[in-house]
Amino acid sequence: MARYAGDSTARLGFALMRYSIFNLVRQALSGHRAWGPAWRDAAPKSAYDVVIIGGGGHGLATAHYLAKIHGISNVAVLEKGWIGSGNAGRNTTIIRSNYLLAGNNPFYEWSMKLWEGLEQDLNYNAMVSQRGVLNLYHSDAQRDTYARRGNAMRMHGVDAELLDAEAVRRMLPFLDFNGARFPIHGGLLQRRGGTARHDAVVWGYARAASDRGVDIIQNCEVTGFIREAGTIVGVETTRGSIRAGKIGMAVAGSTSRVAELAGLKLPIESHVLQAFVSEAIKPFIPGVVTFGAGHFYISQSDKGGLVFGGDLDGYNSYAQRGNLPTVEDVCEGAMALMPAIGRVRVLRSWGGVMDMSMDGSPIIDRTVIAGLYLNAGWCYGGFKATPASGWCFAHLLARDEPHAVARAYRLDRFATGHLLDERGVGAQPNLH
Amino acid sequence: MNASGPQESAQPNRLAGAGLIDRIRPLSFQFDGKRYTGFDGDTLASALLAAGVRLVGRSFKYHRPRGILTAGSEEPNALVELRSGSRREANTRATVVELFEGLEARSQNRWPSLALDVGAVNSLFAPIFVAGFYYKTFMWPAVLWEKLYEPVIRRAAGLGRASTEADPDTYEKAYAFCDVLIIGAGPAGLAAALSTARSGARVILCDEDFLLGGRLNGERYEIDGVSGPAWTRQVEAELRASPETRILRRTTVFGVYDGGMSGTHTFAALQRVSDHLAIPPAHQPRQRLWRIIAQRTVLAAGALERPIVFGGNDRPGVMMASAVRTYVNRFGVIPGRHAALFTTSDDGWKTAFDLAAAGVRLAAIIDARSVVAPVLTEEAKRLDTRVFCGAQVVDAHGSRALERITVREDAGRLSQLQIDTLAVSGGWNPNVALCTHLGGRPRWSDAIAAFVPGDVPRGMAVVGAAAGSFSLKDALREGAAAGAAAAEATGFKSVKHREPRVTDELTAVVPLWCVSESKTKAFVDFQHDVTREDVALAAREGFSSVELLKRYTTLGMATDQGKTSSLNGHAIMAALTERAIPELGTTTSRPPYTPVALAAFAGVHRGKHFKPTRLTSGHAWAEGRGATFMESGEWLRAQWFAAPGETDWLTIITREVRAVRSGVGVCDVSTLGKIDIQGEDAAAFLDRVYINLFSTLPIGKVRYGLMLREDGLVLDDGTSARLAPQQYLMSTTTANAAKVMRHLEHARQVLWPELDVQIVSVTEQWAQYAIAGPNARRLLERLLGDAIDVSNAAFPYLACAEFSWRGVTARLFRISFSGELAYELAVPARYGDAAIRAIMSAGEDFGITPYGIEALGAMRIEKGHVTGNELNGTTTAADLGLGRMMSKKKDFIGRVLARRAGLADANRAALVGIKPTDKSARLYAGAHFLTLGAEVSLQNDQGYVTSVAFSPMLGHWIGLGLLVRGQERLGERIRAHSPIRGGDVDVEVVASVFFDPEGARLQS
Amino acid sequence: MLLIECPFCGARPELEFVYGGEAHIARPAADADLTPGQWAAYLYARSNTRGVHAERWRHTRGCGRFFNALRDTTTDQFIATYEIGQARPPSVPAQKIP
Repeated sequence: MARYAGDSTARLGFALMRYSIFNLVRQALSGHRAWGPAWRDAAPKSAYDVVIIGGGGHGLATAHYLAKIHGISNVAVLEKGWIGSGNAGRNTTIIRSNYLLAGNNPFYEWSMKLWEGLEQDLNYNAMVSQRGVLNLYHSDAQRDTYARRGNAMRMHGVDAELLDAEAVRRMLPFLDFNGARFPIHGGLLQRRGGTARHDAVVWGYARAASDRGVDIIQNCEVTGFIREAGTIVGVETTRGSIRAGKIGMAVAGSTSRVAELAGLKLPIESHVLQAFVSEAIKPFIPGVVTFGAGHFYISQSDKGGLVFGGDLDGYNSYAQRGNLPTVEDVCEGAMALMPAIGRVRVLRSWGGVMDMSMDGSPIIDRTVIAGLYLNAGWCYGGFKATPASGWCFAHLLARDEPHAVARAYRLDRFATGHLLDERGVGAQPNLH
Repeated sequence: MNASGPQESAQPNRLAGAGLIDRIRPLSFQFDGKRYTGFDGDTLASALLAAGVRLVGRSFKYHRPRGILTAGSEEPNALVELRSGSRREANTRATVVELFEGLEARSQNRWPSLALDVGAVNSLFAPIFVAGFYYKTFMWPAVLWEKLYEPVIRRAAGLGRASTEADPDTYEKAYAFCDVLIIGAGPAGLAAALSTARSGARVILCDEDFLLGGRLNGERYEIDGVSGPAWTRQVEAELRASPETRILRRTTVFGVYDGGMSGTHTFAALQRVSDHLAIPPAHQPRQRLWRIIAQRTVLAAGALERPIVFGGNDRPGVMMASAVRTYVNRFGVIPGRHAALFTTSDDGWKTAFDLAAAGVRLAAIIDARSVVAPVLTEEAKRLDTRVFCGAQVVDAHGSRALERITVREDAGRLSQLQIDTLAVSGGWNPNVALCTHLGGRPRWSDAIAAFVPGDVPRGMAVVGAAAGSFSLKDALREGAAAGAAAAEATGFKSVKHREPRVTDELTAVVPLWCVSESKTKAFVDFQHDVTREDVALAAREGFSSVELLKRYTTLGMATDQGKTSSLNGHAIMAALTERAIPELGTTTSRPPYTPVALAAFAGVHRGKHFKPTRLTSGHAWAEGRGATFMESGEWLRAQWFAAPGETDWLTIITREVRAVRSGVGVCDVSTLGKIDIQGEDAAAFLDRVYINLFSTLPIGKVRYGLMLREDGLVLDDGTSARLAPQQYLMSTTTANAAKVMRHLEHARQVLWPELDVQIVSVTEQWAQYAIAGPNARRLLERLLGDAIDVSNAAFPYLACAEFSWRGVTARLFRISFSGELAYELAVPARYGDAAIRAIMSAGEDFGITPYGIEALGAMRIEKGHVTGNELNGTTTAADLGLGRMMSKKKDFIGRVLARRAGLADANRAALVGIKPTDKSARLYAGAHFLTLGAEVSLQNDQGYVTSVAFSPMLGHWIGLGLLVRGQERLGERIRAHSPIRGGDVDVEVVASVFFDPEGARLQS
Repeated sequence: MLLIECPFCGARPELEFVYGGEAHIARPAADADLTPGQWAAYLYARSNTRGVHAERWRHTRGCGRFFNALRDTTTDQFIATYEIGQARPPSVPAQKIP
């Protein structure tokens, strides 16, 4: 409670009203006229200790933890559009920590722990909802790989259960158990997995970071880097030059382009991933379900829309929109798995630009250029990583050394061969 | 039954004589269990209105009573559950449902009934339930979110209910190609279609309605001296007679997608083939998804009338002015007896005049504009209707439907009017959605106070109301011109034709987004209950960009995707933040234009037809032998062959393995990939793709090979046979056949196009059977006779030959996956069935036993052969104990990157065998290795079990695994940790070959 | 749906094609004395161009041939297709809105 009173209020020049049922009711009586901006729409100063490029979930979370954990609040978050306008607001909102590899699993589990305390940390209800993530398997070989993953999760204290077909049927009786081309044999369940309200995560981090003094600067696009003696000491932006002690990039969907401004060429390809939402229907699907014999996953939002997706469109693209064959492919998966939703209507589809790294795992590391730090390559798994990504990137920026759970996310692992390839598909980013 | 007599009273709001309905075909239907009657040609909405039903649904959040707002696909309020059981459709817009005999519909989001909805109590909490209220609360105590708050929120979610049964109907997909696609068959679209069709171009004309004509059906226009509908029928007749024109009614073009270099695009359209019937006729789909590839497009999608935001504007009885005209003119239905008009446009006045023509005198015309064209006011005077100019409807009142409005007159005086129907016209928004699907942004027009097409997809012309041209004359002129231009652009000669004679009309508008003095809730987004106050709150809290506004308040995210709400919301936000609307911008419209059933996108690809099923040529034989099949990719393979009375799979497999190892067995291995590689450089090519040498392989010999990806990890393994100096036959694993083919094609065409080598997949051209066991040779001798000498001397281990057998080219390979004396016999696939029957018959005296892939799997684990479980894309040759195969004499794919520190690390996990120390213990794949006594943690992870089997020869479970420094740890006891199933088992690390380690049997 | 001009077969729907990644990246010669790091750059580093991108496609369900294409990655519009081994043709960025 203390962090919303006293000095921060004085520093910011306006009182940030704490979010609570008490204040909500009190405001209801006066027509909600006293709520102020959720975050300050700041104008850029000439210099900061740290500049974060990218006002998405990862950038804002980084700023929040820099201020909260490391006491570094002279921080600017630069966003070329409006905050959360990239993948933070285009994903299918799934959170989970059901990873296999020792380089990944502890990181995502740390993220899950942060999700579990997020609302209290931010004083913002991001609607974290742990209704379970179920990966279905359709063959003995698939079951064995899921068992291996489930065992790895349990070894790290992550919850995991291997369900047989009967247990899946009890949970989801409307799946196609009789006429399926690839019968459902069972599933790997993480009950603590689920969803969170993606936009609220952005706004919650923005509000909390802003409250601690971070400048959130929208409509501010980085157009170049300022170098002095081989070190990057600032950025050129559409709103002027800004100098910084350290600069962190968290620009999913634009990583290669911003990195190019610094002369870096990265092991990343950008691909379009489509997502879909249906008309709102009464509660139907309890948690998140993924199809193991096709490209399809689905959950239902608190508003009632079925939120689903599938595979990448298959070719590099920054178009932020998808193509029809993939729409059909996703819906074929849907009908193969749950033909009861056939008459539910697709309301809207959209595309996000995924920075696919060459082994399917992210990068949180220094770059070869002093002063420039990289947070990138999240493929289509960036949303669930938001809290830990911010936490670990803040750690790296503040202490110049990787956080223990993000140690494997090195940029040089492609040269050294210490790859983090969960699926074993190799250097084909459109297959991760 | 007919329109007279008792039906008359059952349809109290039906006008005599008027409309495009078929009064001699009455149709009965049910709404909320009550029976009603309408006519053929009605929509559910028009039939309900005719029957005097005004309350049709409840809103999402406050459960406000809602009626029918529009007469089209943009309807946000009148959503019903249509049909029942497995065909139940949630959220179906009553305004587009064609009435059919026996139609059943129910209202949604209400309990226990539509009239008495307990959820309406939410209205009492409306002061709390403002936009985004849930972000500010439900956080304490944390545990209650999962246990209480969220379950309550989720229960309240959604509108209609989905069926829990599989959709019983079928769906089709179709392609169509045309020179010109015309979207919308209103006046502009019809004019375009006429001029294009007359040129001889291939035309496709789509309209979402079941009647062509668009607004012509809802207005009282005259064209060339005939009524709008009559003119439409004439045009339709001409188009139908035109051989290159296809008319798709009930077809919504809902998305624009990519096309080709020449400017073509793909348009996705949904044809509702059978939705106007109770159930689809036999052999007809419910719906058909069209992929239309068009050279040129004329977008004539019309415009959508926009509501005005004022207090109580959601009451049943408040209706769009154009919708009122449609109900009167097209359906012969008057929505109410006591009506008024609230307009800011000339167009709205038509409603007053049409109602008057239908015998309904308006209580008042309230025009927000102070100055109105005299021709309008004079007409109103002639009709004896009160006119308030510069006036506004401040609030609409009523409990379950509209009863009264408060009007603020020009002078500021407030007056009350008792009415049951209020027609509202806030101007028109051109329907620009399809212009923006490829990323184009619309442009603001001050003239019509709306967005008009800006950047449009290449090859698209926008005409008529969709382009912001609201008069009939302009629509016809622009349509004809665009149609002619499109025809010319696709190589046809357009024919000049006379412009039709139509009357002039007035289309002026002065926007009024929001009535500021309203005292009661004023709705911006009806379905989602987003009010003016919610927009104001979003502005105060900094959610002032259009996208943040949308996301924070859910404005525009309802099933109408903001068609009736977005611009009003943006205009209010612009005013609050003192910006111009174009400066604020607009949200992006996404496909589909109107919601599309998921099943329509899937078409026939569901159930067994989800993916193709590949069968080997021996499938029928295996079926006849009682095989149980399992999926192996798209293939079906025999898992095992149960003998009569056998039910336990382990018993079956044990029998099969023992039969092979003691006698002879046969297994269908046709699914393994087979790639024929020929050319002068075939040998050099294989040397570059395998880690070991193949150029040194003698003709008539087979060699095991291992292939890496360029990153140094194993891609696949298999054998390659040299059939001739310049011909190799490569085999791959079943799972990786396509991947290897792609890899080889890449190597051949992209990396080394200079090599003279051709490759072709022959997997499906050859049937192949493994004949294994001590009696395999004797069987082959009997089977093949003189065709080939299979003695050990003439045909030793790893020999191969192509020969003629019974007049057919056959191939024989002496290779063994089972570790037994074994051969693989291949024949052209069309002889596969005959071959397996011949093998069985030749083997009868030896007790030949067919075996499936489970027995094969058990035998390969006994022999320590790797397969997909070990070749999982993360293992190196060295991990698998095959590092010494890597040739140092040549370059090959993966050579350099395999040397990276991370891949050459001595601490990597290596392939070992394991057996349980307690021989009765069962092993499970996926268990992780831990050093005995080590704490369970990922840091202590020593590897994992890749494959397990019960070994019939050893009498206990065995397994293969990848263990850190495994080859140095033979004899060590470790723990196989599997908390997720089976529990922990102590195992001994052993060599990976469990059976016949010297390989004596396969050489014999 | 993209209609892709196979240089050998003409325009065909994208369903017949498989994307093959960035074009004009030559595999280091067998005798080149490169470090694994330099090899890694060949295999992993990508220009990932926002704009006109030279890339490989294969007409997998057609003639089976690989070919190169120029495509604007901001609009997904194809600008040119050409045979493997040919130089990249001069390109003008595709219109912003295809």
